[in-house]
Amino acid sequence: MARIIVVTSGKGGVGKTTTSAAIAMGLAKRGHKTAVIDFDVGLRNLDLIMGCERRVVYDFVNVINGEATLNQALIRDKNCNQLYILPASQTRDKDALSQEGVGKILDELKKDFKYIVCDSPAGIEKGAHLAMYFADDAFIVTNPEVSSVRDSDRMLGILSSKSRRAEQNEEPIKEYLLLSRYSPDRVKLGEMLSVDDVQEILSLHLLGVIPESKSVLNASNSGMPVILDEKSDAGQAYADIVARYLGEDRPHRFIDDKKGLFGKLFGRK
Amino acid sequence: MSTDSQQNAHSPVLEFKSSTFSVPVLVLVGNDVITIGQQLQEKIQQAPEFFKNSPLVFDLQELNKHDIDIDVTELTHTIRKLGLLPIGIRGGAAQQNQQALDLGIPVHSGHIARDGVYAANQSGTGAASTTASSPTPKQQIPEPEPEPESTPEPQAVAAITTMITQPVRSGQRIYAQGDLVILAQVSAGAEILAEGNIHVYGSLRGRALAGVQGNTEARIFCSDLQAELISIAGNYKISEDLKSPALNQPVQIYLQNHTLVIKDI
Repeated sequence: MARIIVVTSGKGGVGKTTTSAAIAMGLAKRGHKTAVIDFDVGLRNLDLIMGCERRVVYDFVNVINGEATLNQALIRDKNCNQLYILPASQTRDKDALSQEGVGKILDELKKDFKYIVCDSPAGIEKGAHLAMYFADDAFIVTNPEVSSVRDSDRMLGILSSKSRRAEQNEEPIKEYLLLSRYSPDRVKLGEMLSVDDVQEILSLHLLGVIPESKSVLNASNSGMPVILDEKSDAGQAYADIVARYLGEDRPHRFIDDKKGLFGKLFGRK
Repeated sequence: MSTDSQQNAHSPVLEFKSSTFSVPVLVLVGNDVITIGQQLQEKIQQAPEFFKNSPLVFDLQELNKHDIDIDVTELTHTIRKLGLLPIGIRGGAAQQNQQALDLGIPVHSGHIARDGVYAANQSGTGAASTTASSPTPKQQIPEPEPEPESTPEPQAVAAITTMITQPVRSGQRIYAQGDLVILAQVSAGAEILAEGNIHVYGSLRGRALAGVQGNTEARIFCSDLQAELISIAGNYKISEDLKSPALNQPVQIYLQNHTLVIKDI
C-alpha cells in the first residue's frame, strides 16, 4: 500500500524542499519506487534541488488541467531510476490547484508508487492545505527557534483537524519531527532551543536531527540531494532519518557537541 | 449478492450520534384531566397544523412540588386522543414514571423534583467543582429544553463532559458546553473554552476560559501553569500577571469576590 508523506512546516526557509529531496532520494535508493511532488506552484524550487530543471516540459498544473498525462509530466531522476519528480508550475499560482485534481493525481500515483512525497509550500493557505490534505504521514520540519516551533505547532493543529483522515474520522496522520539546522555549539551558548526544549513544546516523535551544515548549500547549488553526499553530516543525518522511518533502530546523532578524537582523549576546554 | 451481504457483515451499517431537538413541553399546574383536555383542544385549534402529530414532553414538576397527584395513564390517553404524541415525562414521581414506562414513554432523568439527583446538584453549590469533576453519566436522551430549574444557584452544572486526548495545538479552539477535560498539553496560541470547569492534565500554555456563560463557580485545574490567559466568568489574568510561585506548577484557579485566586494543588 502506497503511503503519502507530506513535508511541511508552516514557516518558510526551514528546509522543507531540501528534506523532501533528500527523503525521496533516500527511499528510492533503498529500492522503493518513489515520486516527489512540488506543491509550491509559482515558486518552483524542487526541480533545482533535484537538478532536473532543464528537463521540465509539463508540470503539476498541466496534469490537473488535463493538458498532459501524468507519465508525460513525471521526470525520472538521473541518479536513481526508482525516483520520479513532478515539478510545480512556475507561471501559475496556488489557485490552479484543486482538491479534486490533486486527489485524482495522487490516486493515480498510488497505483504505481510505494511512497509519494509532497513538498509543501510555506504558509497554511491553499497550497500547504492541499499538500497535507491527503497525507498518511507528516514530516514536520522545524528549526530550533521559537517562531518556527510555534508555526509547526499550528501546522500540527491543521493536520489533526483539516486533513482528509481527520474529516473522515480515520486513523490520524502519523506525525514526525525533523529538527533541522541544529547547532549544538549554539545550543550550549543558549542561543538556540535544544532538542528537549522543542520536544517539550511540540511533544512529537523525533525522527531525526539535521545539523547546520555547509554541505546542504553546496548540494542545493549543484542540484544533488544532500543525502547523496554520504560523507557529509547532513547527508548521514538524512540517511538515518530514512532508516528510522522504515523501522530501523538507529541511535540519534548530531545532538551533542561532536568531539574529535583529541577532544575525546583529552577533554575539552 | 453474496459479496454484498459479506461486505455488510464487515462494514458498520449504523452509528450512534447525539443531537438536540426542540420539543414542546406541556407544563401542568392542575390535575383535572378533563379540563386539561379541553384547554389543550383550544390551544390546538389555534394552530392545528403545528400540533398535528407533534411530539410532546409532559412536565409534572409543578404538580409534584405541591403534592398534587395525577393519573399519568389517563393523561396520556387524553393527549393521544388529541393527536399529540407524548415522547417523555419529566419531573414525575416514581409511581408516575412507572406508569409512563408501562405506556412506552421514556422518563427524562435529572429533573426529578424530589429525587436524589436533584439533591446532589443542590448540595454541590458549596463546592460545585467537586460535583462536576466526578464522572457524570452522559445523558443519552437529548434534553428537549434547558430546564427552568428553581434552584437558587445561578447555573446548574451541566452534565456533559468533553474529553480531549490529543494535544490542542496553536490556532485550535475548543468549546465545551459542560466540563472540559484535556489529557494532553494545550499549546501557546490555542484557546479552550468551557461553560463548566476546565481540567488540563498537561502543560497549559494557551488561553483557558472557564464559566464562559457566567458560571462563577467554574474552576480551572492544570498540572503545569504557563497560560497566556486564564479567565473565569469573564474575570481574567494575562500571563504577565501570573507570578512565579504559581508558574510551572500544578494549580487550581477559582473566583473569590470577583478576583481570580490561584492556588497550588
